[in-house]
Amino acid sequence: MSGKLSENKKAERKLGWLLCAPAALVMVLVTAYPIGYSIWLSLQRYDLRFPDERKFIGLENYATVLTNEFWWTAFGVTMLITVVTVAVELVLGMGLALIMHRTLVGRGIVRTAALIPYGIVTVVAAFSWRYAWTPGTGYLANLFGDGAPLTERASSLAIIMLAEIWKTTPFMALLLMAGLALVPEDLLKAASTDGATAWQRFTKVMLPVMKPAILVALLFRTLDAFRVFDNIYVLTAGGNETSSVSMLAYNNLIRGLNLGIGSTMSVLIFLTVAVIAFVFVKLFGTAAPGSDDGERR
Amino acid sequence: MADIVLDKVSKSFPDGTVAVQDVDLEIADGEFVILVGPSGCGKSTTLNMIAGLEDISSGELRIGGQRVNDKAPRDRDIAMVFQSYALYPNMTVRENMAFPLKLAKLDKETIDAKVDEAAKVLELTPLLDRKPANLSGGQRQRVAMGRAIVRQPKAFLMDEPLSNLDAKLRVQMRTVVSRLQKQLGTTTVYVTHDQTEAMTLGDRVVIMRGGAIQQVGPPQELYDHPRNLFVAGFIGSPSMNFLHAAVDDGTLRTAVGDVPIGDRIRRELEAGDAPRELILGIRPEHFEDAELVDDDTRRRGAEFTAPVDIVESMGSDKYVYFTLEGERASAAELEELAADAGADFSGGGASLVTRLSAESTVREGEDRRVWFNLEKIHLFDPSTGRNLTLHEGRSSGALAD
Repeated sequence: MSGKLSENKKAERKLGWLLCAPAALVMVLVTAYPIGYSIWLSLQRYDLRFPDERKFIGLENYATVLTNEFWWTAFGVTMLITVVTVAVELVLGMGLALIMHRTLVGRGIVRTAALIPYGIVTVVAAFSWRYAWTPGTGYLANLFGDGAPLTERASSLAIIMLAEIWKTTPFMALLLMAGLALVPEDLLKAASTDGATAWQRFTKVMLPVMKPAILVALLFRTLDAFRVFDNIYVLTAGGNETSSVSMLAYNNLIRGLNLGIGSTMSVLIFLTVAVIAFVFVKLFGTAAPGSDDGERR
Repeated sequence: MADIVLDKVSKSFPDGTVAVQDVDLEIADGEFVILVGPSGCGKSTTLNMIAGLEDISSGELRIGGQRVNDKAPRDRDIAMVFQSYALYPNMTVRENMAFPLKLAKLDKETIDAKVDEAAKVLELTPLLDRKPANLSGGQRQRVAMGRAIVRQPKAFLMDEPLSNLDAKLRVQMRTVVSRLQKQLGTTTVYVTHDQTEAMTLGDRVVIMRGGAIQQVGPPQELYDHPRNLFVAGFIGSPSMNFLHAAVDDGTLRTAVGDVPIGDRIRRELEAGDAPRELILGIRPEHFEDAELVDDDTRRRGAEFTAPVDIVESMGSDKYVYFTLEGERASAAELEELAADAGADFSGGGASLVTRLSAESTVREGEDRRVWFNLEKIHLFDPSTGRNLTLHEGRSSGALAD
């Protein structure tokens, strides 16, 4: 009897593998292969302008990139954009989520309206921002006197971050709203009768219960924000030291045709993102939305 | 500690539904009052209005003589226990119980002392450092109670606090709640849909239906002298038997034979608009195996013979179900009660539940002669549900002069 059972189990496991196989194969083709290939490229001197000089050089490219000031400037810019945008998005997104959660009339319309920025293609939105900030014709640039904000570093970065925040706050709000739905109504009622003010209910009851959802939202957005590209490409094209690491990698790889250095940068971005994800999952115990943090012992 | 007065309190929602209508209720200081009724009767809404979790549409609510309609829950000084317990999952048992005290800005020593004392009363001391996720249902329930009592509030509001416990624990916790309330002497309003809980716990029971109060009184009074069909059917387990009764020439023709009526009922029925059809109600314990009745008792009742359907021996007595011929009693109240009990399946025909002495030799399948007490009969008007046998609040049976 038990033998038959385990045989059943074996068959089931085999079926499981078979069913997973197509997806796994696609994953290997579209992810593992490009990743492996970039790592391979990053270990070579490989500039398409000098194809004859191609050769395996080990980690030399990494040494070159990591001692280069452009790389570190771009890294700093990326970090700045990541930290500022994610922090602002968290606060605004939470506000938006609370509004959407509490809305009683026209709930569907409110939610749809809030999601519009996220539905617009980033590049399209970026072009409209660029137009808005262009001196003379732009409706926003004219509000701030005669300057050309996209030609100065500080104001350019501010505009890039503004565009990022405008676009992704709805996404943050959506993730946080899923977390809000996890807070039982009774818990808030109990806090009310226990004597908590609205702010105390928010900080002492809602936030702790929502913590898993908040961490997931932060993780998603941090990983996303670190790879910022579209807005910079359109708004400043990386001028005035506003390049992000992705921008720099693109410039080296596609524009400069330097496959070795460009791939090295890509791999470094990939590693940074992996470290961020690792930190979130291991240190903060980020779990999927809906899983009960309190159940873990 | 304080009294709670509801003065024509109503709750209507923007879409026009009226959840609670003109509820008048005076709850004395230290009293234990139960709000009971089927789901959707407005009992929880009433409780939430007392707590301040729900706005009052009209009427006035006074706690300790003070109008509190517009006060936030935190300014009403009441504590609430929820069916879901509503424990803060991120806090330990100690932190949960200390939460209201911390918000009240008490100093740490006082908080610790109060929490320790409450924990001792509820036997929670060994659990103080655990999180709610690591507690059993009964323990969580006790923590919820603990969080309510540490504050020594003006009143406790309990919203079906025992409904999530299994049957055995519920009975046990019932005595805990009862003892605790007596010990503390705090005014308590307790909502339940379980009539057994209502009967056993409260000083007074408020029966609600469709947002309105049906009857208020001590449990025994509601049981013995129900004002209407709904109260009669809701209180008691197994519930009262209801039979169709046709008024005919000074007697009632029913499935258990002709039932004579006394002068007072006769006078009522002679009025112009008096119903020609009545509903006769009689509780299971007012039947007895005719063999076991002495002559003196026999004179106060009537007898009939009916086929025995099922016999359930409880040890102390026997529940015997009889099949009766004829139509079943029907009224809006009865259908509502049946729907609430989930008993939309009746098996057809009229049936009768009786509680006979354990000595009875009754067997399933036989025809049995059964006696019933005429002094304990209730007669209801099917259209209004009013109890016609009730005279000045007392029920006196069908034979009363």
